[in-house]
Amino acid sequence: MDIRTTGGPPTAAEIAAVDAVLGPPESLWEGGTRVAADDHLARGGRAVRSKRDLLLPVLHGLQDEVGWISRGGLEYACRRLNVPPAEAYGVASFYDRFALDEQPGLSVAVCDDVACKCAGADDLCRELEARFGPAGSAREGAVWHRSPCLGLCDRAPAARVERTGPSGHHAEGRLAPASTDGVIALLGGGVWPVEGEAYSPPALRATSPRGGEEIKLLRRVGHVDPQSIDAYRAAGGFAALRRALELGPEAVIRELTDAKLLGRGGAAFLTGRKWDAVARAPVRPHHLVCNADESEPGTFKDRVLMEGDPFAIIEAMTIAAVATGCERGYLYVRTEYPLARHRIENAVRLAREHGYLGDDVAGSGLRFDIEVRRGAGAYICGEETALFNSIEGKRGEPRNKPPFPVQAGLFGKPTLVNNVETLVNVLDIVSEGGAAFAATGTPDSTGTRLFCLSGHVQRAGVYEVLMGTTLRALIDMAGGLREGRSLRAVLLGGAAGSFVTEAQLDVPLSFEGTRAIGATLGSGAVMVLDDSADLEGILLRIARFFRHESCGQCVPCRVGTKRQEEILNRLLVDRQTSNRDGDVALLADIAQAMRDASICGLGQTAASAIQSAVIQLKVLNV
Amino acid sequence: MSSPVFVGVPRRMLQVSIDGHDVQVMEGMTILDACGRLGIDTPTLCNLETLTPVNVCRVCVVEVEGSRVLVPACSRKVEPGMKIQTDSERVRHSRRLVLELLGSSVDMSLCAPEVHGWMSRYGAQPQRFGPGAATVAQPVKVDNDLYVRDYSRCILCYKCVEACGVDAQNTFAIGVAGRGFEAHISTEFTVGLPESACVYCGNCIGVCPTGALMFKSEHDMRQADTWDENKQHVTETVCPYCGVGCMLELHVQDNSIVKVTSPLDHSVTSGHLCVKGRFGFQFVQRRGSG
Ligand SMILES: Cc1cc2nc3c(=O)[nH]c(=O)nc-3n(C[C@H](O)[C@H](O)[C@H](O)COP(=O)(O)O)c2cc1C
Ligand code: SF4
Ligand code: SF4
Ligand code: SF4
Ligand code: FES
Ligand code: FES
Repeated sequence: MDIRTTGGPPTAAEIAAVDAVLGPPESLWEGGTRVAADDHLARGGRAVRSKRDLLLPVLHGLQDEVGWISRGGLEYACRRLNVPPAEAYGVASFYDRFALDEQPGLSVAVCDDVACKCAGADDLCRELEARFGPAGSAREGAVWHRSPCLGLCDRAPAARVERTGPSGHHAEGRLAPASTDGVIALLGGGVWPVEGEAYSPPALRATSPRGGEEIKLLRRVGHVDPQSIDAYRAAGGFAALRRALELGPEAVIRELTDAKLLGRGGAAFLTGRKWDAVARAPVRPHHLVCNADESEPGTFKDRVLMEGDPFAIIEAMTIAAVATGCERGYLYVRTEYPLARHRIENAVRLAREHGYLGDDVAGSGLRFDIEVRRGAGAYICGEETALFNSIEGKRGEPRNKPPFPVQAGLFGKPTLVNNVETLVNVLDIVSEGGAAFAATGTPDSTGTRLFCLSGHVQRAGVYEVLMGTTLRALIDMAGGLREGRSLRAVLLGGAAGSFVTEAQLDVPLSFEGTRAIGATLGSGAVMVLDDSADLEGILLRIARFFRHESCGQCVPCRVGTKRQEEILNRLLVDRQTSNRDGDVALLADIAQAMRDASICGLGQTAASAIQSAVIQLKVLNV
Repeated sequence: MSSPVFVGVPRRMLQVSIDGHDVQVMEGMTILDACGRLGIDTPTLCNLETLTPVNVCRVCVVEVEGSRVLVPACSRKVEPGMKIQTDSERVRHSRRLVLELLGSSVDMSLCAPEVHGWMSRYGAQPQRFGPGAATVAQPVKVDNDLYVRDYSRCILCYKCVEACGVDAQNTFAIGVAGRGFEAHISTEFTVGLPESACVYCGNCIGVCPTGALMFKSEHDMRQADTWDENKQHVTETVCPYCGVGCMLELHVQDNSIVKVTSPLDHSVTSGHLCVKGRFGFQFVQRRGSG
């Protein structure tokens, strides 16, 4: 394959941004200066091709430092990585974060998703529109956009700000809660939001209320300094890893199987069975992936864990690696979580320095290390196989299953992929035994669960309760509704979940309990909507979300999500009533085909909330 | 200790049931192959025997007992005891919807007649989404003398990308760009083909099922309303340019070559050619010019 680049030379800033990730080029072939050997042999080949997975980090470098990805910049990256420009363009254009035309250096992304809508995000957007023009229009070196959920729903309405520029100047921050004045001041070149202090322990505790008596996963959050490995050790950290090394892989997997731990990422698969399958997979090497993409609207528990207890995630990943024979682990965190990313990167560095990661894990002679990878603004990359493709430097398109990740996952090798919360559960299971864990919660849904309460509750935040706690009790724990309000519905499981009514509030929050009423726990998102909620606006937002996030690969989802949004617009915005029954039936027809024939869970659930609103809440009835 | 060396695993025969009929099929076959054995016609749009299955169009889905969702026949391998339904209500519904969703957004008028047959078999009515339904309509891209790209006809079956990439040409001049309904086939930054890596092998044209990619000669004749397949005949020959021995099918109308193809099942080409065999036919018809 020849790399043909016709777009003109890269700028010095672009070269610097790419080289900062890849190091300086070694030859003319890679876009460097001519060296004697260049005339005689072709460089590149396998050594360069094997760097393909650095495409996203390189694109991030360009975006951070240059503010957009120009043809010259992209083609320079292509020469360095031996990736065809058409393919790299396909990748760059897939992800929301990468701009392919010149952008102002300052941008504000205002969340207008469900929880933020409940907190006045629409008013905020209206005022910005009046002042700065419609979303996306650049003015005076700044631009604002609308954004899907930023995972800050406990402090809605939320906004994310970013300043691009050469290293040292690039910065990310957030305004949560965001005030109109605050955003306007910032867009006008005002004070940069200072983030550090906002995360001192008391503040974290205040924004993350605790839940019931059974606090396990959250016990260090807000109490133990998340930046200090000594503090983590003083709080009992790394004891589970030592125990796991004593027990050995088989016994660890046995405890996990006895614990009956179900995955917390949404699909509720038995973790023990997954670990066992990877451990036994004959093909080597094995890979480990921690899924920290957390982009389901209304979900922010993994962020709270990463920001508040990052060493626990590193320790749990190490146990998983030891048990399943992985030498390489990746933690894929959504790009909208810079603080979580920095906390995790810091924890990885300290763990490595203290010998918990590297060539001799805690003196065991085993090898394991972790690389932190940054998502780039694509909900679909939370789907495990899309996530693999994303790490590999490709478009985040889900793969068809089978083969399953345990057979052929990341780089085609057997891969263990687990959610952040799932992994943190492993620590207590190893320390206290699987049987003790299985004795908590319900027989089929063991342990505790983190729920993300947002919307119209008094105290939004992450709550940890035993599986089987009722939805009513959970909402009460969060202080219930505001004075004088009544409940309209609860959106359980995020945009991919479904609406639950007042009459169903006594549903036990367990996998089997929610299944019995046709709902799902999903990612643990609990969005409470009172009678002031703009339900129609919320449905339109959900339809827009799926249309925007569909990867576009398969027809039912690519066109189905588009048609679903069009029809809802027709019914709810244009108020077309001429063929109302026909349109409602059409929505149901599309829903069934998306559920049945889509490749992945995104398409399969893209109609579920809307259909449940039609059926349970009768929103389209006249 | 070294592991044993396998010299080709012997293929087993498996029993599966399709629409209530038991059938013996070879291990490793797809459900589509197995349906073919029973003479069941399965619609396919993104599948081609010479390309790696991408299973994206979903028009071939079937119902497999025990599976929560429908599965793509074109890529799912048969498993012992599989119970498959190819004509259940669920299957018909999804096939119909896939055809309707495509038909409502893409100009499918130049698709093969069998596609239109499936449309009527499943009762597809693309117009039922209403006149406001968004489409991918856009101007034809004419940026070179050899072939045109009319993405208003593109169903995004990925075949051209595969043919341009690892499945045949290894040129990677085109890829899928964008996301969701905005996903489309593109060169980098949508540059014209002359600026791209394209070498005009035309292998993308050879696999395109919708007429989105078309010889310029065919496009011009269609514009002038002189294209008439009833007046065309196909002459088989071997490419005269080099010693590889690619078989050519010369499509001739009014004594002029109007396009060149190669059979998919030809052992040398698998349907793929290079720029000379595909487009280098002008010299044949330069009568009297020198
Ligand atoms: C559209 C989509 C988005 C997903 N997003 C996430 C996510 O953000 N985090 C996550 O852990 N799992 C997510 N999943 C589920 C993963 O595919 C996978 O099942 C999970 O990471 C497995 O981990 P677990 O067994 O620990 O739950 C998503 C699935 C789909 C279909
Ligand atoms: S269901 Fe949607 S997101 Fe999933 S593969 Fe298909 S188009 Fe992509
Ligand atoms: S003509 Fe050949 S090189 Fe050009 S885009 Fe088509 S397949 Fe690729
Ligand atoms: S141009 Fe043709 S081959 Fe390429 S994706 Fe579109 S329909 Fe398929
Ligand atoms: S941060 Fe706005 S809805 Fe989650
Ligand atoms: S032919 Fe099977 S999915 Fe397209």
